[in-house]
Amino acid sequence: MTTKRPAFLMIPGVIAIAFLVIPLLALISDAPWSAFPGILSSPTALDALRLSLITSVLATIVATLVGAPLAWLLARDSLPGTRLIRALVIVPLLLPPVVSGVALLSAFGRRGLIGGSIYDATGWQFPFSTAGVVLAGTFVAMPFLVITLEGAFRSQDREIEEAAAVDGATPRMIFLRITLPLALPALLAGITLTWARAIGEFGATITFAGNLEGTTQTMPLAVYTALESDRDSAVALSIMLLVVAVAILVSLRGYYLPTRTDRTTR
Amino acid sequence: MFARILPPVMAAVIAITHATPNAAADNRPNPYVRSIPAATITVSAAASLTDVFPVIAGAFTKRYPQLRVTFNFGSSNSLVEQIRAGAPADVLATADEVSMWRATNANLTGTPILFARNTMAIATPKGNPAKITGLADLQKPTVTVAVCAPQVPCGRLAAEIFSKNSVTVTPVTKEVDVRSVVGKVIADQVDAGIVYSTDVKAFPDDLTGVSIPTASNVVTNYPIATVNESRNAQAAKAFVDYVRYSASAQRILRAWGFSTPW
Repeated sequence: MTTKRPAFLMIPGVIAIAFLVIPLLALISDAPWSAFPGILSSPTALDALRLSLITSVLATIVATLVGAPLAWLLARDSLPGTRLIRALVIVPLLLPPVVSGVALLSAFGRRGLIGGSIYDATGWQFPFSTAGVVLAGTFVAMPFLVITLEGAFRSQDREIEEAAAVDGATPRMIFLRITLPLALPALLAGITLTWARAIGEFGATITFAGNLEGTTQTMPLAVYTALESDRDSAVALSIMLLVVAVAILVSLRGYYLPTRTDRTTR
Repeated sequence: MFARILPPVMAAVIAITHATPNAAADNRPNPYVRSIPAATITVSAAASLTDVFPVIAGAFTKRYPQLRVTFNFGSSNSLVEQIRAGAPADVLATADEVSMWRATNANLTGTPILFARNTMAIATPKGNPAKITGLADLQKPTVTVAVCAPQVPCGRLAAEIFSKNSVTVTPVTKEVDVRSVVGKVIADQVDAGIVYSTDVKAFPDDLTGVSIPTASNVVTNYPIATVNESRNAQAAKAFVDYVRYSASAQRILRAWGFSTPW
């Protein structure tokens, strides 16, 4: 079932493909292949990769645990000022990440609004800790989960929920057994987008959490630091991150494609 | 790797620096000033020059009214990488000779000359809340310390100071340029940072400096050079000469806390 491919769509579409793919191919063509094994097996690279995977997964879990309920509340207009809240929770998507980092410092730094009391009571602070990296990732990535999932909740057929309620299902049962399973493709899409945003996070992390190998230096920060002195290392680390990210996306078999959501929720 | 080839090169750089102190630069006749075509030059300069270079540029453009100066500040190594990648720059000024040598060695710049010298200091947030008195205090587990990454000059110098004084410091962060360390200290996110002496002097209202005695300290010399790809070679040369040889530029550098490498 080949559809028609009019030139006015084909030409810009092909330009878009070229624009998005050429820099990635150029990066790979720049690769210092002979130096690869040494660079990628260095403690710096392995620490950064481990840290990136751990923090991005943790950020995704935190974002899902609090973001999915928020998406439901927004979709069902259960909160006063839904429109305002929706606008506010999307703001981190629009902010330059470095601004998010500054904002996080104002809130969670050791002289911050909330971080100040934590530091005074315990002597512990989010900045310069792995928890700070997770916090930064959660802040910048959670909006992806919320907007993806809210759209799915909103377009759901409410009759099934109502029927279940008539039959005596509690709100918790309805949410866990009907609403969430029906939105599963959107949930997976949201989780994938959130994770992808978290693993690529740079600006808020370096601003808020600092840059220390093994503790806060994730792959993007390791690439940035390597660029200071050794471009080959930076390219090798970039390709490593690219390969890991693509491998994970492929293994998720395209759940991140919104069209799939539309098809199944209808 | 650089260490092996560096000493002869540094000797050459120093020899050139000392060869022709042209004290008459300030009194050059007007025809020379006018012979330089109008241009805007871009100066790629080390982060530690962020405050002083605009002041020098102000004096420079009074002398050469047809010239404009724009700046690109960053860590010395990243500036070199940018120029290697073809970024438009007319002049390069780095915070150490190692990074300049990378550029000169790659045939990116003309012969560098040394124009200033800096030392390191401990910066603490205003009032020194953690009561840091010297390098030894930075070893305490309760004291949080920010330094530069070892890839950039200020990080290399910090490591040299620690090893010279046999102190073992575990920093909480290794920033990619010195101004990021300064920012972390000013915001009171860390108890101390290793920065240049001139950084402490540049923020008298926001930082309290703890000086490191000369015997325990290390110095770094700042080289400046024209960039070979420059389209404004004459203007670039005029700026380099002005920074190194003019009494006004050297006076400004002194006022901002730099000393002389000669």
